[in-house]
Amino acid sequence: MKPVELLNSEQLSITITRLCHELVENHGDFSKSAIIGLQPRGIYLANRIVKRLEEITGLENMRHGDMDITFHRDDFRRKSTPPTPSDTRMDFMTEGLKVILVDDVLFTGRTIRAGLDALLAFGRPSTVELMVLIDRRFSRHLPVQPDYTGRTVDSIASERVEVEWVETEGTDRVTLLSTESE
Amino acid sequence: MSSLSVDHLLGIKGLTPEDIELIFTTADNFKDVINRPIKKVPSLRDITIANVFFENSTRTKLSFELAEKRLSADVVNFASSSSSVKKGETLVDTVNNILAMKVDMVVMRHPNPGAPHFLSKHIDAKVVNAGDGTHEHPTQALLDAFSIREKLGEVKGKKVVIVGDILHSRVALSNIHCLKKLGAEVMVCGPRTLMPKFVESLGVKVEFNLKKALEWCDVANMLRIQLERQDMAYFPSLREYTMQYGLDRALFNSINKDIVLMHPGPINRGVEISSDLADSANSIILQQVENGVAVRMAVLYLLAGKIKGQD
Repeated sequence: MKPVELLNSEQLSITITRLCHELVENHGDFSKSAIIGLQPRGIYLANRIVKRLEEITGLENMRHGDMDITFHRDDFRRKSTPPTPSDTRMDFMTEGLKVILVDDVLFTGRTIRAGLDALLAFGRPSTVELMVLIDRRFSRHLPVQPDYTGRTVDSIASERVEVEWVETEGTDRVTLLSTESE
Repeated sequence: MSSLSVDHLLGIKGLTPEDIELIFTTADNFKDVINRPIKKVPSLRDITIANVFFENSTRTKLSFELAEKRLSADVVNFASSSSSVKKGETLVDTVNNILAMKVDMVVMRHPNPGAPHFLSKHIDAKVVNAGDGTHEHPTQALLDAFSIREKLGEVKGKKVVIVGDILHSRVALSNIHCLKKLGAEVMVCGPRTLMPKFVESLGVKVEFNLKKALEWCDVANMLRIQLERQDMAYFPSLREYTMQYGLDRALFNSINKDIVLMHPGPINRGVEISSDLADSANSIILQQVENGVAVRMAVLYLLAGKIKGQD
Protein backbone atom coordinates (compact mmCIF):
# COMPACT_ATOMS: atom_id res chain seq x y z
CA MET A 1 0.00 0.00 0.00
CA LYS A 2 1.25 3.48 -0.80
CA PRO A 3 1.62 5.98 2.04
CA VAL A 4 -1.55 8.02 2.56
CA GLU A 5 -1.23 11.66 3.48
CA LEU A 6 -3.66 12.33 6.33
CA LEU A 7 -2.85 16.01 6.86
CA ASN A 8 -0.71 18.40 4.86
CA SER A 9 0.88 21.55 6.22
CA GLU A 10 -2.18 23.74 5.63
CA GLN A 11 -4.65 21.21 7.02
CA LEU A 12 -2.44 20.72 10.06
CA SER A 13 -2.47 24.45 10.71
CA ILE A 14 -6.27 24.58 10.42
CA THR A 15 -6.60 21.60 12.77
CA ILE A 16 -4.34 23.23 15.38
CA THR A 17 -6.41 26.42 15.21
CA ARG A 18 -9.60 24.42 15.69
CA LEU A 19 -8.15 22.57 18.67
CA CYS A 20 -7.17 25.91 20.21
CA HIS A 21 -10.71 27.25 19.89
CA GLU A 22 -12.05 24.11 21.57
CA LEU A 23 -9.63 24.76 24.43
CA VAL A 24 -10.72 28.40 24.75
CA GLU A 25 -14.32 27.21 24.97
CA ASN A 26 -13.53 25.01 27.98
CA HIS A 27 -10.74 26.90 29.70
CA GLY A 28 -11.69 30.58 29.38
CA ASP A 29 -8.75 32.71 30.50
CA PHE A 30 -6.52 29.71 31.27
CA SER A 31 -5.71 31.14 34.72
CA LYS A 32 -6.11 27.70 36.27
CA SER A 33 -4.92 25.64 33.30
CA ALA A 34 -1.65 24.04 32.28
CA ILE A 35 -0.62 22.53 28.96
CA ILE A 36 1.80 19.63 29.25
CA GLY A 37 3.40 18.02 26.21
CA LEU A 38 4.49 14.40 26.52
CA GLN A 39 8.10 13.70 25.55
CA PRO A 40 9.46 12.98 23.09
CA ARG A 41 6.97 13.73 20.27
CA GLY A 42 4.05 15.39 22.02
CA ILE A 43 6.02 18.52 22.86
CA TYR A 44 5.96 19.82 19.28
CA LEU A 45 2.16 19.81 19.17
CA ALA A 46 2.06 21.35 22.66
CA ASN A 47 4.44 24.13 21.56
CA ARG A 48 2.29 24.88 18.49
CA ILE A 49 -0.89 24.88 20.55
CA VAL A 50 0.57 27.31 23.08
CA LYS A 51 1.89 29.60 20.36
CA ARG A 52 -1.43 29.67 18.50
CA LEU A 53 -3.41 30.08 21.73
CA GLU A 54 -1.31 33.10 22.67
CA GLU A 55 -2.01 34.59 19.24
CA ILE A 56 -5.77 33.94 19.53
CA THR A 57 -6.28 35.02 23.14
CA GLY A 58 -3.56 37.64 23.53
CA LEU A 59 -2.45 35.91 26.73
CA GLU A 60 1.24 35.70 27.57
CA ASN A 61 3.37 33.22 29.49
CA MET A 62 0.79 30.46 29.56
CA ARG A 63 1.58 27.62 31.97
CA HIS A 64 3.34 25.11 29.77
CA GLY A 65 5.63 22.16 30.44
CA ASP A 66 7.24 19.12 28.84
CA MET A 67 7.02 15.85 30.74
CA ASP A 68 9.03 12.69 30.20
CA ILE A 69 7.22 9.46 31.05
CA THR A 70 10.03 6.95 30.40
CA PHE A 71 10.44 5.83 34.02
CA HIS A 72 6.70 5.19 34.32
CA ARG A 73 6.33 2.99 31.24
CA ASP A 74 5.02 -0.54 31.68
CA ASP A 75 7.22 -2.10 28.97
CA PHE A 76 10.57 -1.68 30.76
CA ARG A 77 12.51 -4.98 30.42
CA ARG A 78 10.14 -6.15 27.67
CA LYS A 79 12.31 -4.56 25.00
CA SER A 80 15.89 -5.46 24.15
CA THR A 81 17.20 -2.07 25.26
CA PRO A 82 15.91 0.15 28.04
CA PRO A 83 14.00 3.19 26.76
CA THR A 84 16.09 6.37 26.70
CA PRO A 85 14.59 9.22 28.73
CA SER A 86 14.14 12.80 27.51
CA ASP A 87 14.18 16.00 29.55
CA THR A 88 11.33 17.04 31.80
CA ARG A 89 10.69 20.78 31.95
CA MET A 90 8.06 21.52 34.57
CA ASP A 91 8.54 24.78 36.46
CA PHE A 92 5.16 24.68 38.19
CA MET A 93 3.15 22.31 40.38
CA THR A 94 -0.11 20.95 39.02
CA GLU A 95 -1.93 21.13 42.37
CA GLY A 96 -5.51 22.24 41.72
CA LEU A 97 -4.89 22.99 38.02
CA LYS A 98 -6.85 21.88 34.97
CA VAL A 99 -4.17 19.95 33.10
CA ILE A 100 -4.26 19.29 29.37
CA LEU A 101 -1.95 16.42 28.39
CA VAL A 102 -0.83 16.71 24.78
CA ASP A 103 0.54 13.93 22.57
CA ASP A 104 0.82 13.41 18.83
CA VAL A 105 -0.68 9.94 18.30
CA LEU A 106 -3.02 7.97 20.58
CA PHE A 107 -2.67 4.26 19.87
CA THR A 108 -2.74 1.68 22.68
CA GLY A 109 -3.20 4.24 25.46
CA ARG A 110 -0.19 2.95 27.40
CA THR A 111 1.80 6.17 27.03
CA ILE A 112 -1.11 8.15 28.44
CA ARG A 113 -1.42 5.75 31.38
CA ALA A 114 2.27 6.32 32.08
CA GLY A 115 1.69 10.06 31.67
CA LEU A 116 -1.07 10.05 34.27
CA ASP A 117 1.26 8.17 36.60
CA ALA A 118 4.15 10.59 36.00
CA LEU A 119 1.85 13.55 36.55
CA LEU A 120 1.26 12.49 40.17
CA ALA A 121 4.80 13.56 41.04
CA PHE A 122 3.85 17.19 40.45
CA GLY A 123 0.74 17.39 42.64
CA ARG A 124 -2.95 16.64 42.38
CA PRO A 125 -4.56 18.39 39.42
CA SER A 126 -8.25 19.25 39.65
CA THR A 127 -8.89 17.70 36.23
CA VAL A 128 -6.82 16.09 33.49
CA GLU A 129 -7.83 16.21 29.85
CA LEU A 130 -6.20 14.62 26.84
CA MET A 131 -5.48 16.23 23.49
CA VAL A 132 -4.09 14.23 20.56
CA LEU A 133 -3.44 15.11 16.96
CA ILE A 134 -4.26 11.62 15.66
CA ASP A 135 -6.55 9.13 17.39
CA ARG A 136 -6.05 5.60 16.08
CA ARG A 137 -9.29 4.24 17.39
CA PHE A 138 -10.09 0.50 17.67
CA SER A 139 -6.51 -0.19 18.79
CA ARG A 140 -6.74 0.62 22.47
CA HIS A 141 -5.30 -1.68 25.17
CA LEU A 142 -6.55 0.52 28.00
CA PRO A 143 -9.69 2.58 28.66
CA VAL A 144 -8.22 5.90 27.51
CA GLN A 145 -10.12 8.34 25.28
CA PRO A 146 -9.12 11.82 24.10
CA ASP A 147 -11.08 14.98 24.93
CA TYR A 148 -9.70 16.92 21.94
CA THR A 149 -8.90 15.10 18.70
CA GLY A 150 -7.28 16.49 15.57
CA ARG A 151 -8.19 13.62 13.30
CA THR A 152 -9.55 10.13 13.90
CA VAL A 153 -8.00 7.34 11.86
CA ASP A 154 -9.09 3.73 11.42
CA SER A 155 -5.94 1.70 11.00
CA ILE A 156 -4.67 -1.80 11.57
CA ALA A 157 -1.77 -2.77 13.78
CA SER A 158 0.69 -3.25 10.92
CA GLU A 159 0.17 0.35 9.83
CA ARG A 160 2.02 3.27 11.32
CA VAL A 161 1.17 6.94 11.63
CA GLU A 162 4.07 9.29 11.08
CA VAL A 163 3.81 12.87 12.30
CA GLU A 164 6.44 15.23 10.94
CA TRP A 165 7.16 18.75 12.17
CA VAL A 166 9.07 21.61 10.63
CA GLU A 167 11.20 21.74 13.80
CA THR A 168 12.54 18.22 13.40
CA GLU A 169 11.82 16.88 9.90
CA GLY A 170 11.65 20.17 8.01
CA THR A 171 8.01 19.80 7.00
CA ASP A 172 4.56 19.66 8.62
CA ARG A 173 2.81 16.48 7.55
CA VAL A 174 0.93 13.46 8.88
CA THR A 175 1.18 10.21 6.91
CA LEU A 176 -0.29 6.72 7.27
CA LEU A 177 2.31 4.10 6.33
CA SER A 178 1.92 0.38 6.02
CA THR A 179 4.99 -1.50 7.23
CA GLU A 180 5.32 -3.21 3.81
CA SER A 181 5.83 0.13 2.09
CA GLU A 182 8.94 0.93 4.16
CA MET B 1 17.38 3.65 22.28
CA SER B 2 20.71 2.38 23.44
CA SER B 3 22.06 0.13 26.11
CA LEU B 4 25.29 -0.58 27.93
CA SER B 5 27.89 -2.80 26.30
CA VAL B 6 28.32 -4.73 29.57
CA ASP B 7 25.99 -6.93 31.63
CA HIS B 8 27.58 -6.07 34.97
CA LEU B 9 29.33 -2.98 36.29
CA LEU B 10 32.56 -4.53 37.52
CA GLY B 11 34.93 -1.68 36.77
CA ILE B 12 35.41 1.38 34.60
CA LYS B 13 38.07 -0.46 32.63
CA GLY B 14 35.44 -2.57 30.85
CA LEU B 15 33.24 0.37 29.84
CA THR B 16 33.35 2.26 26.55
CA PRO B 17 33.21 6.08 26.44
CA GLU B 18 29.71 5.66 24.94
CA ASP B 19 28.64 3.62 27.99
CA ILE B 20 29.83 6.41 30.27
CA GLU B 21 28.00 9.05 28.21
CA LEU B 22 24.82 6.95 28.32
CA ILE B 23 25.09 6.66 32.10
CA PHE B 24 25.57 10.44 32.35
CA THR B 25 22.61 11.39 30.16
CA THR B 26 20.42 8.93 32.07
CA ALA B 27 21.71 10.34 35.37
CA ASP B 28 20.76 13.87 34.22
CA ASN B 29 17.16 12.71 34.13
CA PHE B 30 17.36 10.99 37.49
CA LYS B 31 18.90 14.11 39.01
CA ASP B 32 15.78 15.93 37.88
CA VAL B 33 13.63 13.19 39.47
CA ILE B 34 15.35 13.35 42.87
CA ASN B 35 14.85 17.10 43.02
CA ARG B 36 11.07 16.81 42.68
CA PRO B 37 8.69 16.79 45.65
CA ILE B 38 8.02 13.10 44.94
CA LYS B 39 11.48 11.67 44.38
CA LYS B 40 10.45 8.28 43.19
CA VAL B 41 9.74 6.48 39.91
CA PRO B 42 8.29 2.97 39.49
CA SER B 43 10.78 1.60 36.92
CA LEU B 44 12.30 -1.18 39.05
CA ARG B 45 9.22 -2.14 41.04
CA ASP B 46 9.52 -5.83 40.10
CA ILE B 47 13.27 -6.01 40.79
CA THR B 48 14.88 -7.14 44.03
CA ILE B 49 18.39 -5.93 44.84
CA ALA B 50 20.72 -7.31 47.51
CA ASN B 51 23.34 -4.98 48.96
CA VAL B 52 26.09 -7.34 50.04
CA PHE B 53 28.82 -5.56 51.99
CA PHE B 54 31.79 -7.59 53.17
CA GLU B 55 33.55 -4.38 54.15
CA ASN B 56 32.30 -1.39 56.10
CA SER B 57 30.67 1.43 54.23
CA THR B 58 28.35 4.21 55.27
CA ARG B 59 27.82 6.58 52.40
CA THR B 60 28.19 4.19 49.46
CA LYS B 61 25.70 1.80 51.03
CA LEU B 62 23.32 4.60 51.90
CA SER B 63 23.64 6.08 48.41
CA PHE B 64 22.96 2.73 46.71
CA GLU B 65 20.05 2.04 49.02
CA LEU B 66 18.49 5.43 48.32
CA ALA B 67 19.02 4.97 44.57
CA GLU B 68 17.36 1.55 44.72
CA LYS B 69 14.41 2.82 46.75
CA ARG B 70 13.90 5.81 44.46
CA LEU B 71 13.62 3.36 41.57
CA SER B 72 11.02 1.40 43.60
CA ALA B 73 13.18 -1.75 43.82
CA ASP B 74 12.87 -4.09 46.79
CA VAL B 75 16.06 -3.96 48.83
CA VAL B 76 17.70 -6.46 51.16
CA ASN B 77 20.86 -5.65 53.07
CA PHE B 78 23.59 -7.95 54.13
CA ALA B 79 26.67 -7.07 56.16
CA SER B 80 29.44 -9.57 56.75
CA SER B 81 29.93 -8.56 60.37
CA SER B 82 26.53 -10.02 61.21
CA SER B 83 26.56 -12.98 58.84
CA SER B 84 27.52 -16.58 58.42
CA VAL B 85 30.67 -15.58 56.51
CA LYS B 86 32.19 -15.55 59.96
CA LYS B 87 31.11 -19.20 60.24
CA GLY B 88 33.18 -20.21 57.21
CA GLU B 89 30.74 -19.95 54.30
CA THR B 90 32.28 -19.23 50.86
CA LEU B 91 31.43 -16.15 48.79
CA VAL B 92 29.56 -18.09 46.10
CA ASP B 93 27.57 -20.03 48.70
CA THR B 94 26.64 -16.88 50.57
CA VAL B 95 25.48 -15.11 47.44
CA ASN B 96 23.73 -18.18 45.99
CA ASN B 97 21.76 -18.44 49.21
CA ILE B 98 20.68 -14.87 48.79
CA LEU B 99 19.84 -15.49 45.12
CA ALA B 100 17.75 -18.53 46.04
CA MET B 101 15.41 -15.98 47.55
CA LYS B 102 14.90 -14.58 44.00
CA VAL B 103 17.21 -11.60 43.93
CA ASP B 104 17.82 -9.99 40.53
CA MET B 105 20.82 -7.78 41.22
CA VAL B 106 23.71 -7.80 43.67
CA VAL B 107 25.58 -4.67 44.76
CA MET B 108 28.76 -5.89 46.39
CA ARG B 109 31.68 -4.46 48.29
CA HIS B 110 34.45 -6.90 49.07
CA PRO B 111 37.99 -6.54 50.47
CA ASN B 112 39.46 -8.81 47.74
CA PRO B 113 40.23 -7.31 44.32
CA GLY B 114 38.34 -9.17 41.60
CA ALA B 115 35.65 -10.59 43.90
CA PRO B 116 32.79 -9.09 41.84
CA HIS B 117 34.33 -10.43 38.61
CA PHE B 118 34.49 -13.89 40.15
CA LEU B 119 30.93 -13.60 41.36
CA SER B 120 29.58 -12.43 38.00
CA LYS B 121 30.88 -15.64 36.41
CA HIS B 122 29.18 -17.88 38.95
CA ILE B 123 25.78 -16.42 39.59
CA ASP B 124 22.75 -15.58 37.52
CA ALA B 125 22.23 -11.95 38.56
CA LYS B 126 23.54 -8.55 37.57
CA VAL B 127 26.54 -7.55 39.67
CA VAL B 128 27.49 -3.98 40.56
CA ASN B 129 30.91 -3.46 42.11
CA ALA B 130 30.67 -1.09 45.07
CA GLY B 131 34.41 -1.32 45.71
CA ASP B 132 36.70 -4.36 45.58
CA GLY B 133 39.78 -3.99 47.76
CA THR B 134 42.38 -1.72 46.18
CA HIS B 135 41.10 -2.43 42.67
CA GLU B 136 38.09 -0.41 41.44
CA HIS B 137 35.17 1.64 42.72
CA PRO B 138 33.37 2.37 39.45
CA THR B 139 30.32 4.27 40.69
CA GLN B 140 32.55 6.67 42.64
CA ALA B 141 34.56 7.45 39.50
CA LEU B 142 31.36 7.92 37.50
CA LEU B 143 29.91 10.33 40.02
CA ASP B 144 33.23 12.21 40.22
CA ALA B 145 33.37 12.65 36.45
CA PHE B 146 29.65 13.49 36.36
CA SER B 147 30.27 16.22 38.97
CA ILE B 148 33.18 17.64 36.95
CA ARG B 149 30.98 17.65 33.83
CA GLU B 150 28.25 19.42 35.75
CA LYS B 151 30.60 22.04 37.23
CA LEU B 152 32.83 22.70 34.20
CA GLY B 153 30.52 21.79 31.30
CA GLU B 154 32.61 18.90 30.06
CA VAL B 155 35.36 16.53 31.12
CA LYS B 156 37.25 16.44 27.83
CA GLY B 157 40.43 18.49 27.91
CA LYS B 158 40.19 19.25 31.63
CA LYS B 159 43.23 18.76 33.83
CA VAL B 160 42.54 16.68 36.92
CA VAL B 161 45.02 15.89 39.67
CA ILE B 162 44.39 13.04 42.09
CA VAL B 163 46.23 13.65 45.35
CA GLY B 164 47.07 11.21 48.13
CA ASP B 165 47.37 7.48 48.58
CA ILE B 166 47.34 6.33 44.96
CA LEU B 167 48.77 2.92 45.87
CA HIS B 168 45.83 1.74 47.97
CA SER B 169 43.07 3.72 46.32
CA ARG B 170 40.41 2.04 44.23
CA VAL B 171 38.93 5.50 43.75
CA ALA B 172 42.18 6.63 42.10
CA LEU B 173 42.35 3.70 39.69
CA SER B 174 38.69 3.96 38.65
CA ASN B 175 39.02 7.73 38.30
CA ILE B 176 42.10 7.40 36.10
CA HIS B 177 40.31 4.97 33.76
CA CYS B 178 37.13 7.06 33.68
CA LEU B 179 38.78 10.45 33.14
CA LYS B 180 41.12 9.09 30.47
CA LYS B 181 38.21 7.50 28.59
CA LEU B 182 36.43 10.85 28.63
CA GLY B 183 39.46 12.68 27.26
CA ALA B 184 40.72 14.46 30.38
CA GLU B 185 44.38 14.90 31.29
CA VAL B 186 45.19 13.15 34.55
CA MET B 187 48.01 13.67 37.02
CA VAL B 188 48.62 11.77 40.23
CA CYS B 189 50.39 13.36 43.17
CA GLY B 190 51.46 11.87 46.49
CA PRO B 191 54.39 10.56 48.51
CA ARG B 192 56.73 8.24 46.63
CA THR B 193 55.91 5.43 49.02
CA LEU B 194 52.22 5.66 48.10
CA MET B 195 52.81 5.87 44.35
CA PRO B 196 52.44 2.57 42.48
CA LYS B 197 55.39 1.57 40.29
CA PHE B 198 54.76 2.00 36.54
CA VAL B 199 51.68 4.17 37.19
CA GLU B 200 52.78 6.20 34.12
CA SER B 201 51.77 3.21 31.98
CA LEU B 202 48.14 4.20 32.64
CA GLY B 203 48.83 7.39 30.69
CA VAL B 204 49.01 9.73 33.68
CA LYS B 205 51.54 12.36 34.72
CA VAL B 206 53.28 11.91 38.06
CA GLU B 207 54.16 14.81 40.34
CA PHE B 208 55.54 14.71 43.86
CA ASN B 209 55.16 18.40 44.61
CA LEU B 210 51.59 19.36 45.54
CA LYS B 211 52.03 23.05 44.71
CA LYS B 212 53.23 22.27 41.19
CA ALA B 213 50.38 19.83 40.71
CA LEU B 214 47.82 22.41 41.81
CA GLU B 215 49.29 25.05 39.52
CA TRP B 216 48.79 22.65 36.62
CA CYS B 217 45.24 21.47 37.28
CA ASP B 218 41.61 22.61 36.86
CA VAL B 219 40.29 20.08 39.36
CA ALA B 220 41.93 18.57 42.46
CA ASN B 221 40.52 15.35 43.85
CA MET B 222 41.89 15.00 47.39
CA LEU B 223 41.81 11.35 48.41
CA ARG B 224 41.36 10.21 51.97
CA ILE B 225 44.37 8.80 53.75
CA GLN B 226 43.19 5.26 54.38
CA LEU B 227 44.46 4.69 57.86
CA GLU B 228 43.03 1.16 57.84
CA ARG B 229 45.24 0.17 54.89
CA GLN B 230 48.47 1.55 56.34
CA ASP B 231 49.68 -1.70 57.84
CA MET B 232 53.25 -0.69 57.16
CA ALA B 233 54.43 2.84 57.72
CA TYR B 234 54.34 4.58 54.34
CA PHE B 235 55.04 7.98 55.86
CA PRO B 236 56.50 8.99 59.22
CA SER B 237 53.43 10.68 60.68
CA LEU B 238 50.05 12.10 59.70
CA ARG B 239 51.38 15.53 60.59
CA GLU B 240 54.21 15.18 58.13
CA TYR B 241 51.80 13.98 55.44
CA THR B 242 49.62 17.03 56.02
CA MET B 243 52.64 19.35 55.78
CA GLN B 244 53.65 17.85 52.43
CA TYR B 245 50.34 16.87 50.83
CA GLY B 246 47.58 18.53 52.83
CA LEU B 247 45.74 21.38 51.13
CA ASP B 248 45.17 24.45 53.31
CA ARG B 249 44.12 28.03 52.70
CA ALA B 250 47.67 29.43 52.55
CA LEU B 251 48.70 26.98 49.82
CA PHE B 252 45.40 27.43 47.98
CA ASN B 253 45.73 31.23 47.95
CA SER B 254 49.32 31.00 46.73
CA ILE B 255 48.09 29.22 43.56
CA ASN B 256 46.09 32.23 42.41
CA LYS B 257 43.84 30.10 40.23
CA ASP B 258 40.25 28.89 40.48
CA ILE B 259 40.43 25.17 41.15
CA VAL B 260 37.49 22.84 41.72
CA LEU B 261 38.03 20.81 44.90
CA MET B 262 36.69 17.28 45.27
CA HIS B 263 36.87 14.58 47.91
CA PRO B 264 35.30 11.12 47.79
CA GLY B 265 34.67 11.20 51.55
CA PRO B 266 34.78 10.56 54.39
CA ILE B 267 37.03 13.58 54.96
CA ASN B 268 39.77 13.59 57.54
CA ARG B 269 39.41 17.30 58.14
CA GLY B 270 42.77 18.98 58.59
CA VAL B 271 44.65 16.02 57.10
CA GLU B 272 44.08 15.96 53.30
CA ILE B 273 42.20 19.22 53.18
CA SER B 274 41.56 21.97 55.70
CA SER B 275 38.06 22.50 57.03
CA ASP B 276 37.50 25.94 55.52
CA LEU B 277 38.49 24.76 52.02
CA ALA B 278 36.26 21.69 52.27
CA ASP B 279 33.35 24.03 52.98
CA SER B 280 34.35 26.74 50.48
CA ALA B 281 32.64 27.72 47.24
CA ASN B 282 35.37 25.90 45.29
CA SER B 283 34.42 22.61 46.90
CA ILE B 284 31.84 20.37 45.20
CA ILE B 285 32.05 17.67 47.86
CA LEU B 286 28.33 17.75 48.72
CA GLN B 287 27.32 17.92 45.05
CA GLN B 288 29.34 14.72 44.59
CA VAL B 289 27.19 13.06 47.25
CA GLU B 290 23.95 14.25 45.62
CA ASN B 291 25.14 13.20 42.17
CA GLY B 292 26.09 9.80 43.60
CA VAL B 293 22.43 8.89 44.02
CA ALA B 294 21.52 10.01 40.47
CA VAL B 295 24.47 8.19 38.90
CA ARG B 296 23.74 4.98 40.82
CA MET B 297 20.09 5.17 39.78
CA ALA B 298 21.25 5.41 36.16
CA VAL B 299 23.58 2.41 36.51
CA LEU B 300 20.92 0.26 38.18
CA TYR B 301 18.26 1.33 35.66
CA LEU B 302 20.44 0.56 32.65
CA LEU B 303 21.59 -2.81 34.00
CA ALA B 304 18.09 -3.80 35.12
CA GLY B 305 16.95 -3.07 31.56
CA LYS B 306 19.04 -6.06 30.55
CA ILE B 307 17.19 -8.48 32.79
CA LYS B 308 14.73 -10.29 30.55
CA GLY B 309 11.15 -9.59 31.50
CA GLN B 310 8.09 -11.64 30.69
CA ASP B 311 6.42 -11.24 27.32
